[in-house]
Amino acid sequence: MTAWEAVIGLETHVELSTKSKMFCSCPTDFGDEPNTACCPVCLALPGALPVPNEEAIAGIVKIGLALECDINESSLFYRKNYFYPDLPKNYQISQYTFPVCEHGTLDVDVNGEPTVVGITRVHMEEDTGKSSHIGDGGGRIHDARHTLLDFNRAGVPLVEVVTEPDIRSAEQARAYAAELQRIVLSLGVSDARLEAGSMRFDANVSVRPVGETKLGTRTETKNVNSLRSLQRAISFEIDRQIQVLEDGGSIVQETRHWNEDTGATTSMRVKEESEDYRYFQDPDLLPLEVTAAWQDEIRSTITALPAERRVAIIEQGVDRETAVILVDSDELSGLFAAALGDGVPARTVALWLTGDVVAYLRRNEVELSSTGLTSEHLAVLGRMVDSGDLSSSAAKEVLIAVLDGDGGPGEIADDRDLLQVSDTGAIEEAVDAVLADNADALERIRSGDMKPFGFLVGQVMRHMGGKADPSVVRSVLEEKTTDSR
Amino acid sequence: MSDLADLTITEAGKRLRSGDITSVDLLDAVTRRASVTESHLHAFLTLDGEGARASAERADADLAKGTDHGPLHGIPVALKDNMCTIGVETTASSKILKGWKPPYDGTAVARLKAAGAVITGKTNLDEFAMGSSTENSAFGETRNPWSTDHVPGGSSGGSAAAAAVGSAFGSFGSDTGGSVRQPAALCGVVGMKPTYGLVSRYGLIAFASSLDQIGPFSRSVEDSVALLGATAGWDRYDATSIKGPVPNFGGSLTTGVQGLKIGIVKELMGEGIDPQVLAATIAVADKLTDAGAHVVEISMPSTEYALSAYYLIAPAECSANLARFDGVRFGHRSTVEGTTEDMMAHSRAEGFGPEVVRRILLGTYALSAGYYDAFYGQAQKVRTLVRNDFTSAYAQVDVLISPTSPTTAFRIGERAVDPIAMYYSDVCTIPSNLSGDPAISVPIGLDDEGLPIGFQIMAPALGEEVMYQVAAAVERLVEFDQRPALATSEVAPV
Ligand SMILES: [Zn+2]
Repeated sequence: MTAWEAVIGLETHVELSTKSKMFCSCPTDFGDEPNTACCPVCLALPGALPVPNEEAIAGIVKIGLALECDINESSLFYRKNYFYPDLPKNYQISQYTFPVCEHGTLDVDVNGEPTVVGITRVHMEEDTGKSSHIGDGGGRIHDARHTLLDFNRAGVPLVEVVTEPDIRSAEQARAYAAELQRIVLSLGVSDARLEAGSMRFDANVSVRPVGETKLGTRTETKNVNSLRSLQRAISFEIDRQIQVLEDGGSIVQETRHWNEDTGATTSMRVKEESEDYRYFQDPDLLPLEVTAAWQDEIRSTITALPAERRVAIIEQGVDRETAVILVDSDELSGLFAAALGDGVPARTVALWLTGDVVAYLRRNEVELSSTGLTSEHLAVLGRMVDSGDLSSSAAKEVLIAVLDGDGGPGEIADDRDLLQVSDTGAIEEAVDAVLADNADALERIRSGDMKPFGFLVGQVMRHMGGKADPSVVRSVLEEKTTDSR
Repeated sequence: MSDLADLTITEAGKRLRSGDITSVDLLDAVTRRASVTESHLHAFLTLDGEGARASAERADADLAKGTDHGPLHGIPVALKDNMCTIGVETTASSKILKGWKPPYDGTAVARLKAAGAVITGKTNLDEFAMGSSTENSAFGETRNPWSTDHVPGGSSGGSAAAAAVGSAFGSFGSDTGGSVRQPAALCGVVGMKPTYGLVSRYGLIAFASSLDQIGPFSRSVEDSVALLGATAGWDRYDATSIKGPVPNFGGSLTTGVQGLKIGIVKELMGEGIDPQVLAATIAVADKLTDAGAHVVEISMPSTEYALSAYYLIAPAECSANLARFDGVRFGHRSTVEGTTEDMMAHSRAEGFGPEVVRRILLGTYALSAGYYDAFYGQAQKVRTLVRNDFTSAYAQVDVLISPTSPTTAFRIGERAVDPIAMYYSDVCTIPSNLSGDPAISVPIGLDDEGLPIGFQIMAPALGEEVMYQVAAAVERLVEFDQRPALATSEVAPV
């Protein structure tokens, strides 16, 4: 039995959410009405010329810096030539040699196992329009009776992030994709909505026997648009390739299509040779200059990245999984950061937010912002638990009441009589009274039989109406049962 | 010479401002001239009589109110039909664009309108500006005003013929490998190609983007300055346009050439150049010497490879530039039944003429995997060598001179069957396109068949002022004042 190893590289397309398109001033936030956000440039009318959008360049440089890439001070635009009806110029302005960013890395973590994924390049290009093929061909151009075209999306700035073949499992691929999405969102350069296609993945997958250094023949599964599908598609492709090879077959280098319904990839077309795009430098565009000074200016606008923010939270005593959830939500991590302070237990607050609060929002189908929960509420509540004024279960009850809009934590705990007594004077009195009523239990304890101890704790708690801090009760009781010996 | 159509722009402007004549009078004069000459020449594809009249009336009203838009105010000019004009058919002389009316004005067109120019119509060209004779038009060739058996040159043959014959006071063409200067030479007018990036290409239907420049035709050097001035300057819609202030092109028109260093390009003064053209060029060089210039011979060894490099670079760029003509969004769409892909392929096959197809195929090969390095890559290296030759030449001299065209106008059909002979027409003009530097052709006389001879002056990038300084001096030294017979005698329309 051969043991197999998968070798995976990902190409991720990210649409930038700039105000205008890559090479013209048409808006990128067009509505549903087809062909309403178009001009001579993005329709490629005769005579029209492209002019690069600086906001998009700043966006790609941000991504490159976040991925620790080298930024080329001078990079080049190329024409990638191929005919397709939704590609208005029948060439795409893209990059080839000297992309804006090269040689970066992204750290990903699967179940506590860190991996460094090399970033080959991050380059700038433009999106195509959208085709709808009407007819018998199942949505394919070859058999369509006619094709409807919408050029609203044509020319939207598109960043392509290409990895080295450093990924070894579908889980790692998913973790990489998720982390890239977090970074893009945290940079604010794209809405990175997978379901809307503003972030999409192509997966290059090959397998080889463990120990083999040569790469196997790869397939490219195109336009996968969810993290779950990405993982499933890669898993399927790995299994399929291993099966083919174990059956004595060979892998065909080809583009494949992921079908969500069947859970399988299918061949789209065979690549006889690599397609000849006849790349050449676009004579309409000068070399793109990104000076060191501009890079510095862009770098200064980048706030802490998700990985850094997670580390900072973990350093507060929060576990990694909780930290990931916190950082993934600007609202939750914002509340968390603002609630921290003297006497506020970070871990407890983090667990409330990622557990009770998230569950509450989901259950009631409401937005956090509409609940009125503030960082101040969380700080007060945290301090009450930390000082022993509130039991952890009572704290959860108070938290839900705060989310319901019943008032502040102190007020609610007071109204509902949930505050704990940790005043040893009152507890001592109660202990004395319980011991007086249970002389035989006391006797047994003193003779070394600890069994009745728990019973006595319960009696004291009942005496206190349940509002005593159990740990204080225990220590007082311990003292009293041994003390007078 | 009493016909208004024969005035220069400068003269017409003076008379307009004196109140002696109106812009409508000028328009009437060129319209009358066109009505006589068009049936002989076919310089125009579209005459926009109504639009032109409205502009001329507006120009007159503005001037009456005291609003003067400058030297082109009220002056009728013609535009090559590859310059996009809003609402007015723009075809690039191709069947694939027949009937297409652009929804926008190119930058140069918009600037001309803002300068008060009256745009009379659109002139004929070799399809997509690919050619040197204006025979490659899908709508019939243009003929030379000096002899209608001869070509006017190309690709901007219609604009050259119109300026020469007086059916426009000035006109614009585009120069990718000599497409303004060569027809200017063959039609006996002034034609210039600006520094690459000086005039916006926005709205010029691209042939070869790294080489194309819009440039003017005129009947005097002074008029050329005015026409260039109205169109030059940075444009936010063209990423290759030059930022910074526009030079004072006409600042030295009357200075003369005393003390200037002038290089005569050795490689363009020998084999392949017609003896009469050669003799006329040498005679002008001698006159410049007599006028106080130091004329020296300069060798530019890469010149012999420039033509081959050009015929790889320009087709390569055009193969991508012309990919957008697919019948999907505008222009000719095939009615052949089939898939979308079939529709695109048939539209192109039906829409493009043979020379365009030849260049698209040539360019596609030059860029293909396995051929790129040997063809396109090598051509780019030659381009660098040509630039280096110019750089070292301009370290020694202020301007360079040569013939504009190796021959005077050739007969219609003479070179149509031999593409290589046709390509050779651009041998003197191509180097300045590869280097991106300005160059001008000035008429210096007629050969013994009565066909005009052009003289080329080349200058370093943004050296338009010294280029015009020498051009104006040549103009004064040669006193070329002949006019084509069609312009001077009352020839009946055929
Ligand atoms: Zn647009």
